[in-house]
Amino acid sequence: MTVKERETAVRVAEHAGSEFETKYMRINVGPQHPSTHGVLRLVVDLDGERIAGIKPQIGYLHTGFEKTMENRTYQQGVTYSNRMDYLHGFGHDLAYVLSVEKLLDAKVPIRAEQIRVILNELNRIASHLVFFGTGILDMGALTLFFYTMREREKILDLFEMVSGVRMNYGYFRVGGLSKDLPEEFVPAARAFCNEFPRMLEQYATMFVKNDIFVNRTKGIGVISKEQALDYGLTGPSLRASGVPLDFRKAQPYSGYENYDFDVPTSEVGDAFVRFMMRFEEMSESLKIVVQVLDQLEEGPVKDPDRRISLPPRSELETSMEAVIFHFKLVTEGFHPPRGEVYVPTESARGELGYYLVSDGGSMPYRVKVRVPSLMNLQSLEPACIGGLFADMVVNIASMDPVMGDVDK
Amino acid sequence: MDPLLITLAKALLLCLTLLGVFAYMTVIERRILARMQHRLGPNRVGPFGLLQPIADAIKSIFKEDIVVSAADRLIYFLAPFISITFALSAFGAIPAGPAGSLFGFDPWIMDLDIGLLYVFAATSIGVYGIFLGGWASNSKYALLGSLRSSAQLISYELGLGFSALTVLMIAGTLNLREIVELNVWSVSPLLWLPLAVAFFTFLISGIAEVNRTPFDLPEAEQEIVAGYLTEYSSIKWALFQMAEYVNMMTAAAVVSTLFLGGWRGPGFVDAFIPGMSEWPFIWLILKMAIFMFLFIWLRGTLPRFRYDQLMRFGWVYLFEIALGAALLAGAVIVFAG
Repeated sequence: MTVKERETAVRVAEHAGSEFETKYMRINVGPQHPSTHGVLRLVVDLDGERIAGIKPQIGYLHTGFEKTMENRTYQQGVTYSNRMDYLHGFGHDLAYVLSVEKLLDAKVPIRAEQIRVILNELNRIASHLVFFGTGILDMGALTLFFYTMREREKILDLFEMVSGVRMNYGYFRVGGLSKDLPEEFVPAARAFCNEFPRMLEQYATMFVKNDIFVNRTKGIGVISKEQALDYGLTGPSLRASGVPLDFRKAQPYSGYENYDFDVPTSEVGDAFVRFMMRFEEMSESLKIVVQVLDQLEEGPVKDPDRRISLPPRSELETSMEAVIFHFKLVTEGFHPPRGEVYVPTESARGELGYYLVSDGGSMPYRVKVRVPSLMNLQSLEPACIGGLFADMVVNIASMDPVMGDVDK
Repeated sequence: MDPLLITLAKALLLCLTLLGVFAYMTVIERRILARMQHRLGPNRVGPFGLLQPIADAIKSIFKEDIVVSAADRLIYFLAPFISITFALSAFGAIPAGPAGSLFGFDPWIMDLDIGLLYVFAATSIGVYGIFLGGWASNSKYALLGSLRSSAQLISYELGLGFSALTVLMIAGTLNLREIVELNVWSVSPLLWLPLAVAFFTFLISGIAEVNRTPFDLPEAEQEIVAGYLTEYSSIKWALFQMAEYVNMMTAAAVVSTLFLGGWRGPGFVDAFIPGMSEWPFIWLILKMAIFMFLFIWLRGTLPRFRYDQLMRFGWVYLFEIALGAALLAGAVIVFAG
């Protein structure tokens, strides 16, 4: 026995029974790890390859958006909301403007609501596509990722058409939209809706019917109905555990009550079902988009109230009143009445809502975002413990966290 | 000429060829994967990206060679060399053509009576490179990777061994040259079923042996970062990569030699050019290319098995099926042969 070995043996004996005695191997996963979907850090206790304990550590992408929004006018908040969940930006935009509109009691024209629904649902599909691509990439299959990215690219092209950018859209306004749809949008969206079901079939053959995928996900990370409710799980992951809560049905907003769609639900609660819920949601979202495109009405896309929406450019040269409203809105913004408001919406990940407190000023007194990713991440612990290390990766993927959404 | 000198020259030639093919396999793999995945792949360095391997080689040589301070230095240093040495030497027993067809010399390095055992031994020792490398890195991820690789070893070796046993019983020899010359398919039509089954189990075990998708657990990058490779950089990392590709080529060559007639071409080509099926190299290379493509294709298609699933797959399915095929072949030989 060398000196070093003897020293080690003595040290091990000293710590027997104390907190330094190690039974499990503690391993640090992330924040730089290939499959933690951003900068999630997990401290995992491993017994061989079995997980004995798991603690998510967050905060590596903290950006202080809530605080920043409290120092901007209400209209400027749209710049920040979509940056949190960069995969479902329109969902965040929608949740934010809905809250402000409720505070203001603004009248959003029907056309604006319909366009919002189209973009929100297309964005839900785009977000789920990233979910599938990266989810199956986490199981080691490279190719599907590129296929889903190919379709997502087509959706981003549509978004670029309306808003000019492919990410961080900032297209919604309190009281409507920044501008009307370009002419080429509707035919392009219809073309996408026609070809997308064929793509979904392709994905199905590539993974839903793939035995390895099914074996990797079936029975993995089971979350019971009670656990799901206790941990505040929402969205497709909650519906996978048997609670049919979807705010588009439960508390319809933006005219979702006018469209016919189903909410896929299952009782099983394992990772496979969580994948399948989102897969089925994509075709439901597509159904909504097709319906809205059929019913799309002509008309304005902004609240005509001059205290909320900017006057048209042409009026500024002829009307003194228009100039005054323009000046007030641009320099100071509008002043909602005192009060607080929360409108829950259904983002691609779950319940998303902006809790706003107004003190009557032109900036919100307090902004608190109820983000789905953060709450969903809590269920990682019951899902992972007792499973294998490889299952943990599948579980993270099946929860679909976006770290921007978690850390804000 | 001194036979030792000739053997040495042939060994050198083989090593250089294998390493050259390795370099271009990386490009070919990336290009094929890219085609499958709607991408272009590397096409910037030289025409069609043909100079890419040279750029890669220069890059990996000049990268900083990081040694983990708490690593077991000697083993950490030796591990990649163990891997590459045994990967290269395993290939030596594989015949590439009829006797005397390489400018009057025999196109193999060793004509061993225990040829197949030698190949199995060399590839199994090669796993020690992975195992020791992961252990010596003193990194938790690398340790998990090397544990997985040894667990994997005991799960697929059984299937591999019993599939090979079918061929050995039919051929009655371990000498790879004699197995090719005999052509196991010509012995009896009754043996076609066990041979076909053994072919598939051998192929699947072979993929597990070379750590390729869907059995690439020791380096499952989405789970354990890069497994045993996590702490390796620069040329040592490149040596492990080389070993992986050379192992792939060995696996392809062994499958071709045992089950598909090795260096011999299909008989019907003699109708066009007499003697064509006896040409050296070309047929073996063609068969290997088919298997190499298969490996890449699988990588582009399948997700990865889980650690315990691979163990169960190896012990419950591969082992049982291969054993059944071997028993069937034995019964046919005893009662019908």
